[in-house]
Amino acid sequence: MPLPSPLSASLAANPVAKLREALAQTHGISSCSLPFGIGLMDKRLATGGVDGAGLHEFAAASSSLNDDAAATLFLAGIAARFAANTGQTVCWAMTTFDLYAPGLEQVGLGPEKLLYAQGRKDVDVLAIAEDALRDGSLACVIAEVKTADMTATRRLQLAASDGQTPLLLYRRHRARERCPLSSPSSAMTRWRIGCMPSERLPWPGVGRAHWQVELVRQRNGDPFSLELEACDAKGRLALPAASGDRAAAPRRTDARNSAISRAA
Amino acid sequence: MREMGRRSEHAEHPFKAMPSDEGCGGACLSTLSWAALWGKPTVLVLRTGQRDVITAACPVALDLGLRPGMVVAHARALVADLDVKDAEPDADSALLDRLALHAARHWTPTASVSGENGLWLDLTGTTHLFGGERRFCRRLLAFLKRLGFTARIAIAGTPGAAHALARFGDSDVVLLEAGQEAQAMADLPLAALRLEPEALASAARFGLERIADLYPMPRAPLARRLGLKTVERLDQARGLVAEPIMPVVATEAPIVTRHLLEPIGTPESITQVISDLVDDLVVMLLERGIGARMVLLTAVRVDGEPQRLEVGASRATRDARHLKRMFGLRLAQLEPGLGIETMHLAVPYHEPLGAEAIGALLETSRKGHDLAPLVDQMTARAGEAALFRLSSHESDVPERATTRITPLKTPTGWPSWKRPVRLLRRPELLTNVVALMPDHPPRRFTWRRQDYRVVAGDGPERIHGEWWRTGREKWATRDYFRVEAEGGQRFWLFRRGDGVDADTGDLSWHMHGLFG
Repeated sequence: MPLPSPLSASLAANPVAKLREALAQTHGISSCSLPFGIGLMDKRLATGGVDGAGLHEFAAASSSLNDDAAATLFLAGIAARFAANTGQTVCWAMTTFDLYAPGLEQVGLGPEKLLYAQGRKDVDVLAIAEDALRDGSLACVIAEVKTADMTATRRLQLAASDGQTPLLLYRRHRARERCPLSSPSSAMTRWRIGCMPSERLPWPGVGRAHWQVELVRQRNGDPFSLELEACDAKGRLALPAASGDRAAAPRRTDARNSAISRAA
Repeated sequence: MREMGRRSEHAEHPFKAMPSDEGCGGACLSTLSWAALWGKPTVLVLRTGQRDVITAACPVALDLGLRPGMVVAHARALVADLDVKDAEPDADSALLDRLALHAARHWTPTASVSGENGLWLDLTGTTHLFGGERRFCRRLLAFLKRLGFTARIAIAGTPGAAHALARFGDSDVVLLEAGQEAQAMADLPLAALRLEPEALASAARFGLERIADLYPMPRAPLARRLGLKTVERLDQARGLVAEPIMPVVATEAPIVTRHLLEPIGTPESITQVISDLVDDLVVMLLERGIGARMVLLTAVRVDGEPQRLEVGASRATRDARHLKRMFGLRLAQLEPGLGIETMHLAVPYHEPLGAEAIGALLETSRKGHDLAPLVDQMTARAGEAALFRLSSHESDVPERATTRITPLKTPTGWPSWKRPVRLLRRPELLTNVVALMPDHPPRRFTWRRQDYRVVAGDGPERIHGEWWRTGREKWATRDYFRVEAEGGQRFWLFRRGDGVDADTGDLSWHMHGLFG
């Protein structure tokens, strides 16, 4: 009669956790992940944050330029926090240059931390990103592409884990209705970001922006969707205050009542 | 007072130097032709102490009686429309150094700079390559004429005699047979012997003017009166004492070569040879204390066709691994054809590179901070212009606020006014705008065939045109607003004009950027 192996014995005790552990060992998942600092989010992410040696895909929720800007700021904020952790440079590779650097500086990605690389085609951008990842002297690499197939993302994922550098792959919209995240990919996480109305202020100004942050897919975890407040000057996100703690929105009836009471 | 009328006195009275009317002939003609050729008289001046002194004068100025050594104020008093320019002794000597290097590379291995305005070339055994001494002199004169110089050449047995004859001889080209130096120099002034100024002054006091005056004098009293140096110079010029020329040495670009036994054509063998060459080169660079900014690989094929491969470095480097990787990236551009016989690796452009502290040993982080290798690698892949950083440019107009700089420079940031993350290439016109003038954001507008209702807005932020650029921007004003539409879209838009003065703009609304 064969003796039960230690693996099968431990499997019997807590099968799922043990299997995950074994998987993590074989895949060489590093522990250097960057938490968002929001408990609700970090708890649901399998690695407790953005994995520091993996491929992450981002896309705008719709093909409108506003969602595009929101997604850009979201990944710029993550890159800024990676750069602030290690004090290194971020490489941003793209084909068409329409970024506005003063705006990026306002989420913590200053010009001294940012190196731009412009390729002629998506293939060039992917090659530049792979070079940058394998070099390993960067805090983070951002690549903006319209197309990246399964082979390309697999290569990038391997390069990221070789160079221990995270890659934030921004998939821009090609067509109006088709979401770029619908094609298969070997990314660790896939995110979809959209604009939400900001909270109304008691005066006629624009408040802190709100985003719909949707984790479409992640390895070893479940998708989720959250409404978050946009990046601050250091790239940190925040949860909106619970509705009970919010400042009261200006109400016309209140103003009228107070005016009447003052007049009276 | 006795010295006043001497021949060696160069500063003559200016009015005496004017050409006289009778028997003018050649002198008159030459004056006219020089004036016609050169136009305004020009002098170069150098500030010495409290005054500007002429160091050189053009032929027109010389004809007008201006001499090197005169004070500029004096010269200006004599000649009204005098063109005075600053002398640049450093640039002159740099040019002379370059000429000496050129001579050392092209005409003779032993060449050096002589004084402030001359070159010494040791022509022993080299002139036959150029068709004899006389033809060589003609070629040299033509070469210098093309460069814009007038030159005088003397070929003599000793450097001293050549120096004297070139400066004080009677024709532009003097060829002297060996052993005739003393005779040829006899009539020249003492200044031709490169004597010290004190020695010249005392010689003038003794009434010695020409070199021939020194020949019969006893050597011991001569040495006592005019200094031992004078005797030495005299002996050197006559060939009694040797005078070596210290040649300029051209720094050669580092180059290593491998001749191959058999032609090679496979990528593996080519990579192997390149890696051997790089190893040799790194040792050479280390010895000289330099780093390569550009490395040029020349592969000579069997059919004699050279194949060139160039690798640039954004910072001086002699890292063998880095250089090998850079060549590996470019290897596909090499066409071996029937095979490569010889490979050279040269460094056409290098910079000094000293020892550096190794930060990585002290660093606790696993990653290096040095971006230069990565920048080189990405430049090799995507091209020089593809890699850049953005730095601030001092302008309030948003589209002019950024400027591209090279990756290894340090950029500066921007003031922290609210700015969008993406900027439209050109501002786009908005239609159907409803806004309260003059300083409220619009209530609604249409952009790209879509209607937006604005629920909140910040602004205006007024930005004036840059009147120093164009006349159109003289009064132009933009009022920027940050607005949020009903669905949560946040825009950056502006109105031309301040809403009060019609000169500042036509009150049209434009979309310029997007906030996330």
